Amino acid sequence: MTPRRRRLVLVLGIVAGVSIAGALALSAFRQNVTFFFDPTEVAAGRVPAGERFRLGGMVTKGSLTREPGSLEVHFMVTDFSHDVPVSYTGVLPDLFREGAGVVAHGRLRTDGTFVADEVLAKHDEKYMPPEVARSLKRRHGESRTEGAPPASGS
Amino acid sequence: MLPELGQFALVLALLLAALQAFYGIAGPAMGRERWMAAVIPAVAGQAVMVATAVACLVASFVGNDFSVSYVAENSNSALPLFYRVAALWGAHEGSLLLWIFLLAAWTVAVAIGATRLPPRFAARVLGVLGVVSFGFLLFTLATSNPFLRLDPPAPDGRDLNPILQDPGLAVHPPILYTGYVGFAVAFAFACAAMLEGRLDQQWARWTRPWTTVAWSFLTCGIALGSFWAYYELGWGGFWFWDPVENASFMPWLVGTALVHSLAVTDKRGLFKSWTLLLAILAFSLSMLGTFLVRSGVLVSVHSFAADPRRGIFILAFLIVMIGGALVLYAWRAPALKSTAGFELGARESFLLFNNVLLVIAAGTVFAGTLAPLISDALGLGTLSVGPPYFNPTFMISMLPLLALLSVGIHASWKRGRLTDSQRALFFTLVAAAVVGAGLAFGWYARGRLLTFVGATLGVWIILSSLVDPIDRWRRGLSLSRAVLGMTVAHLGIALAVIALTTVQSFTVERDVALAPGATASVAGYEFRFEGVQSVEGPNYDAIGGTFMVTRHGEAVAVLRPQKRQYWVQHQVTSETAITMHHGNNLLIALGEDLKAGGRWSVRIQVRPLVSLVWFAAFIMALGGALAASDRRYRAAAGALAPARTASAAEGAR
Repeated sequence: MTPRRRRLVLVLGIVAGVSIAGALALSAFRQNVTFFFDPTEVAAGRVPAGERFRLGGMVTKGSLTREPGSLEVHFMVTDFSHDVPVSYTGVLPDLFREGAGVVAHGRLRTDGTFVADEVLAKHDEKYMPPEVARSLKRRHGESRTEGAPPASGS
Repeated sequence: MLPELGQFALVLALLLAALQAFYGIAGPAMGRERWMAAVIPAVAGQAVMVATAVACLVASFVGNDFSVSYVAENSNSALPLFYRVAALWGAHEGSLLLWIFLLAAWTVAVAIGATRLPPRFAARVLGVLGVVSFGFLLFTLATSNPFLRLDPPAPDGRDLNPILQDPGLAVHPPILYTGYVGFAVAFAFACAAMLEGRLDQQWARWTRPWTTVAWSFLTCGIALGSFWAYYELGWGGFWFWDPVENASFMPWLVGTALVHSLAVTDKRGLFKSWTLLLAILAFSLSMLGTFLVRSGVLVSVHSFAADPRRGIFILAFLIVMIGGALVLYAWRAPALKSTAGFELGARESFLLFNNVLLVIAAGTVFAGTLAPLISDALGLGTLSVGPPYFNPTFMISMLPLLALLSVGIHASWKRGRLTDSQRALFFTLVAAAVVGAGLAFGWYARGRLLTFVGATLGVWIILSSLVDPIDRWRRGLSLSRAVLGMTVAHLGIALAVIALTTVQSFTVERDVALAPGATASVAGYEFRFEGVQSVEGPNYDAIGGTFMVTRHGEAVAVLRPQKRQYWVQHQVTSETAITMHHGNNLLIALGEDLKAGGRWSVRIQVRPLVSLVWFAAFIMALGGALAASDRRYRAAAGALAPARTASAAEGAR
């Protein structure tokens, strides 16, 4: 092989490798991305049936109940327009509390209950006074974006 | 007084950085010797000013000066002294100051090392570092001033985030940042070479030790962060593909590619423009990491409070820096042509594959990290990308990389024949497959195909890495530190692969509800819950649980996880309890009181060989340190090699 052809082979090989990797990454991406929905979107039936997704909002105050002696908990997630009941079996994160922000991963059961296999409460670095937290909470409820800071750990 | 002094010092540092940048870049361009002579004093002055600013902020923390807003927000009079010092980089403003301080430290180190470089080139390197420093100082003063006063002063501070109140805070951020910032040096060398319009093997020899040291620090920093997250966050697990983790991992991947590409440029004078591009890319990703973490645009488990203005500033700064470097690249790189060639199957081609695969890996991580941001911006819905995406895509590029590693280290430069080492390769592969099968299906018995593949690749790298060193040792030949360092780093990679494979395949995690006196069996260990009692710490109250761990009736350990409530922020944190037993890492975290006969929810995890993951990272870093200390780099710092260079990264793209 001439140096020129050798280089061509090398370049073609790399292009082929990159394309294969890209195609595989894209398919992995399609299959494994989980979308975020808030309670209003869930109530409107926007979630494709059987799809794994993330549910985010505030834990409704006074909604947390526990099966006696077991790890099964039930609570409501709200965006102050709609509520979605959630059931979860396992250890809740440290920052999980009623009235604070939460994101749960899981699927919707046919009866409308969200069965979570993972529950996350965001770790926030800043202390926020209660009134700021409340206003943020209001904003969080209205803007319906996950990026809004949740109530701080206070 | 002290905060004002600190701020004044920062302003002076900004001016000196501007001088350093101007004299360093304009001096050589205009041929003004006296301008170039002013660069070193500017570097020294800037370092003194930045150190003064840091000292002022530390003094404010230690002296509990709650009239300083940053101190009031991140410290408290009840906070132990140790954390009052480390709280300096406990949040955004101080982290930036730490970044600037480390950049100043690197710059001083370069200035000292640069006495052996040609003055024009050294001035350019320091000038580019001045530009970087100027940008970060401006950013700090304009948007994130740590010295702002509160009026009236706060009566007491709001305390350091309890999650950060851990010895990990003292070591992880400085070491990680040292790595991040270290790539600025490689970036500066690349820009200086482009400004010179000349890039030869001598250049690669100057750049290599700096890059390798930065890479070693980054490796250590990432491992420390992973270890910290493992025991502090209490979820178990050592890698979450979290945006903040990815932000440090992408520069590491590209930095690894750069270290290898520099080897080719050094030894063979090839891959020149590719090396330049990687140096630009590695530092760009370091800065992007800062952007991602600091701006709060990405939702992360440990992201800082969001402030879009800062994000826009960093974005603009990124565009100027990266854009400027790329324009310079487009202008000058075509002039850097190289004439040498190599055969398919020569070491150069394996290093090329290494580079391509590492860049692909970085690209897939990049895509997964930024996809949520892009999707959100385009209104396509809020999505999240997690381990189900990252794990397989990362493996696609890593498995071939690991397989080629064993072959590549036996390939010779320039020529593509493997005949001499074919036997060694074959025997080591067979031996590795036997050991891999033993590990995957014998020792742990529940192995899957990937367990076998991972274990085999890891063992193969170990065996094949050792062939040459053992051969040289038997023939009584000496081993240079560079080769020794490479071997050690590759052994580190191999250990990491084996450890990761084992952890991924055989981890057992269980959440259980335990009443006092009850026992949970997990992965052959019995965990007996003895009950809880209250514990008081220096600035928190805690509930401590006691667990007796046994295996087949033999005592293994007593574990005491805690649930802490900090006084100031009332935040609850879980302190996990961890022990090692026969290579298994046992972790317990207390959940909560289930209010049913003293029952608690408890998270129990048994991870085989997880400690080896972090240990392997330190082995890699040690390899980097060894390689960087090789004598040839010190000897190489002489005069410029004969000047007709200019070569292109033939076949590198």
